[in-house]
Amino acid sequence: MLKFALAGNPNSGKTTLFNALTGSTAHVGNWPGVTVDKREGTYKKGDQPVDIVDLPGIYSLSPYTPEEVIARNFILNERPDCVINIVDATNLERNLYLTTQLMELDVPMVVALNMTDVLDKRGDRIDVKALEKRIGLPVVEISALKGVNVETLMTRAIDALKTPRVAVSVLKESALGSAISNAEIALKLKEVEAPLFHAVKLVEKDAIEVQTHPAEARAAEAFIRENLINDQFNGDTEAAIADARYKYITEHFSSTLTRARKQSYDELSKSDKADKILTHKWAGIPIFLVIMFAIFHLTFSENFLYLGSIIPSFGEWCAVEGSAAKAIFFAGGLNSPGVILFNALDLLTGSIGEWLSLGLDGLGANVVLSGLIVDGIWGGVASVLSFLPQILVLFLFFSILEDTGYMARVAFMLDRIFRRFGVSGRAFMPMIMGFGCSVPAMINTRTMADERERQATVRVIPFFSCGAKMPILLAVSGGIVQVFGVGNADVITYSMYVLGIVVALISLLVMRNTTQRGEASPFIMELPTYHLPGFKNLMLHLWDKAKHFITKAFTIILISCVAIWFLSNFTWSWKHVGYVTIREEEFARTDLSILASIGQFIQPIFTPLGFGSQLNSNGWVFAVAAVLGLIAKEDVIAAFGTLAACIAPLAFGGSSEDGIQEVALMIGATGIEIPALISFIAFNMLTIPCFAAVAAARGEIGKEKFKWTLLFWIVVSYLASAIVYTVGQFVWPVAIWIALTIVATVGIVMYNKYADKKDAEKRLLGARK
Amino acid sequence: MKFLSQLEIGEKATVKSVNGEGAIRRRLFDMGITPGAEVYLRKKAPLGDPIEITLRGYELTLRKAEAAHVEVN
Repeated sequence: MLKFALAGNPNSGKTTLFNALTGSTAHVGNWPGVTVDKREGTYKKGDQPVDIVDLPGIYSLSPYTPEEVIARNFILNERPDCVINIVDATNLERNLYLTTQLMELDVPMVVALNMTDVLDKRGDRIDVKALEKRIGLPVVEISALKGVNVETLMTRAIDALKTPRVAVSVLKESALGSAISNAEIALKLKEVEAPLFHAVKLVEKDAIEVQTHPAEARAAEAFIRENLINDQFNGDTEAAIADARYKYITEHFSSTLTRARKQSYDELSKSDKADKILTHKWAGIPIFLVIMFAIFHLTFSENFLYLGSIIPSFGEWCAVEGSAAKAIFFAGGLNSPGVILFNALDLLTGSIGEWLSLGLDGLGANVVLSGLIVDGIWGGVASVLSFLPQILVLFLFFSILEDTGYMARVAFMLDRIFRRFGVSGRAFMPMIMGFGCSVPAMINTRTMADERERQATVRVIPFFSCGAKMPILLAVSGGIVQVFGVGNADVITYSMYVLGIVVALISLLVMRNTTQRGEASPFIMELPTYHLPGFKNLMLHLWDKAKHFITKAFTIILISCVAIWFLSNFTWSWKHVGYVTIREEEFARTDLSILASIGQFIQPIFTPLGFGSQLNSNGWVFAVAAVLGLIAKEDVIAAFGTLAACIAPLAFGGSSEDGIQEVALMIGATGIEIPALISFIAFNMLTIPCFAAVAAARGEIGKEKFKWTLLFWIVVSYLASAIVYTVGQFVWPVAIWIALTIVATVGIVMYNKYADKKDAEKRLLGARK
Repeated sequence: MKFLSQLEIGEKATVKSVNGEGAIRRRLFDMGITPGAEVYLRKKAPLGDPIEITLRGYELTLRKAEAAHVEVN
């Protein structure tokens, strides 16, 4: 099959074209060791199917960024049959800069001039015929968004295959032309493929190239020293080449563009006007905060627009207690769209569970088997699936912000703050998304350029307490208030959120000074023009995410559910634990299970955190709940529900939806105290996240570093919870922790000085070589 | 000597040379900051840094630290 590669600047409409070409057959494939997606799909509308590869968006073929190296290696080594170079017509000069580099490869090539419709609207025009002639490549005007001329583009591309293309360079006319020609001849003699491309890179003193052809590199350097040292660049060929490319573009290509009006900096476009408000000196950051609040409100609030607070009995007016409408739409006031979808799906999965249960009973299925299917498998999978609507709603909002170009402005506004913690402004969006769900947040880190910075960010994302952790916060703090009659549940919940953020920032600071050493990466970023988001693209994006999530729920999560069910329903002698009937309901005797004995075994580990051996004989439930949280954070409170039924059968006073009652029972049954409970929340919030997030982190960080990430989560959560417990319980350990912090800080500062010195030595050695 | 980082909002200038080394320098070139290019300081971020410039018909943001590598007339 023919293979075409799409290459172009970021934000030039590459992915839009990819989707237009491949339609619904697009599939996303992750290549190992690659930080960015390289998508592959099939174009089926022509006479023959064509394999389309969407390369990462790049500005140049320099050896400095991973995306550029990937694109360069793909074109050089995999030898696509044709390169389709997407060029954003509204940003001609900078886009053609990459074109002049791609032209130096001898692969057949077509230029797709995108967004000419936007140009038309402005009244500007590009003389395509003239451009085609001067560039020496077929140029096709397209609109990727509307799918205009996409077929013509493919026909021209297939035509281009018929005649072999000779590599050309716009640099041949520049001062360095002779040096490039000389190097090209030398490489041709060595029978190197794509000699012109490599010759240019040699003259440019490209690090990768100099290593592969050291002799030719020396010859080129000698030639330049003898003949060209006196030009304005003083032998700095990298600068000279970039300069020559842009000069050539302005002289020969830009002149094909005629503007309706002369451009002036004072004249503001619609986009500029919007930007003036959105990034305003005083209003910019407050506007951002309001947008963030609105998004979370629309996704998670059970009191939409505060109707329930404004009109106290709003929910009661609108629907009868116990009806489906009440359950879905009205908690106290009106629910937000996110919560409505969540409830609707919850009701649906709950009904399916009931039908399953009734159906199995009807078939006369064994009670254990029906327990496995209904509670073990369906209950587990459904509890994870139920978060899909809110994740999608949150993702939709963030996709819109990204699509419109606002995200780039947020990074622009907040870079200054984030730099202090060793990350650039780009780290901000993934972190905020973490409050919703860690999985999309971790995937979102791909927009970050520096690999170490990205890994550090992925690691701290779980500390931004996600939606699934919210029940733990609410139930445990509610339990504390109910049993001990102290404090205020809201304040406890809120402080836990703050604790998460503080731990994240401290961790970033420590990591960026030790294992993930480095300054915040340079921040040189294009600010795209604002535009309305494309509906079709948004939906494709969402569908991609939904598919990913559902697949996971029915594979990895399903398997883990079966395992947990087995462990909590069977004894070590492979017999079922049996049932106990309380108030006409049957509960499995989880206290006799394998899980319980494992819980008792690992219980001492949690002693420094306050919920270990100091509790009475029932204390293992906290250990088990914490371990179950590793599967899904919802399991923590769910486990209290089941375990409470076994441990405190006489005291069991029925269930309550939010799990506060269960927690209160557990507190009574185990004799746990307030500091230990808070430490329990902290541990669950900061430790290894749920299965789905762990899998996402593994995908983003890579196998090798992933085991350190697991260790990092364990150490951080253990330390933070131990501090919370010991200080809360005994107060005096505060002195020890302060002393340890001072020692650690001094240690890190000293290590840094040492590492800096070593780096400097290394650089010196490298320079001498 | 004047640098891109020292421009005032609304000020126009022409790039004279680009200092610095390695990846940052190359990045500046690749984004079109080459000798002779005209730059216009459009705005500064709410906290004063980074800055936003208009060049070659598009908007680019960079930190003052990076802009300090760019000498302008």
